[in-house]
Amino acid sequence: MSNFDQELDATGLNCPLPILRAKKALAGLGSGQVLRVVATDPGSVKDFDAFAKQTGNQLLESGEENGKFTFFIKKA
Amino acid sequence: MSTKKLAIIATKGTLDWAYPPLILASTAAALGYEVQIFFTFYGLQILKKNMKLKVSALGNPGMPMPMGMDKWFPNLGVALPGMEGMMTVMMKAKMKAKGVASVEELRNLCLEADVKMIACQMTVDLFDMNPSEFIGGIEYGGAATFFEFAGQSDVNLFI
Repeated sequence: MSNFDQELDATGLNCPLPILRAKKALAGLGSGQVLRVVATDPGSVKDFDAFAKQTGNQLLESGEENGKFTFFIKKA
Repeated sequence: MSTKKLAIIATKGTLDWAYPPLILASTAAALGYEVQIFFTFYGLQILKKNMKLKVSALGNPGMPMPMGMDKWFPNLGVALPGMEGMMTVMMKAKMKAKGVASVEELRNLCLEADVKMIACQMTVDLFDMNPSEFIGGIEYGGAATFFEFAGQSDVNLFI
């Protein structure tokens, strides 16, 4: 998975900022477009899962590498 | 899917206690909730244009302090002059270092997300607070105003 329409750097930010910034970024995207979020907050793993479930935006993929968490979110 | 609703009563006016209502309100708004916060008593400090919120370890032995300060200054020690200011500076520095949003930033995010903020009229009168000290865009009301929204909310929190 490498295709995305916009990227959000949420590294160094703590709860709830990664979610709030992602929400804002998604607002600027069209339906079906994909946002890639990079975060360092370990809590963001569960939070983005919960965010996707509650908002209907789809969490296509998430991963971790060198302490960085990456999320691909498709706007509903 | 009907919109979920969150009602919060914010009653505390210290820096640490300003976080829970603002974090929960902004996050709920991001999740699609309609949110109202009713600020009463010391919670009204969070509505001031110039928030001078402080942390206090007084009566809060659970508060972790850096450099073993809790050993050096047992509970009475934190009442010494200057301690509150010092702890507030340290707490803010720590929050910044850890990427925690400032209360001002969280409050702005709440306002941007149309979180409705209501100031308790009774408390404003009680403490002779001047509405010009508060940020714009807020409303004033009483307990009945709160219940108008709280009564149809999915989640009600008293903080």
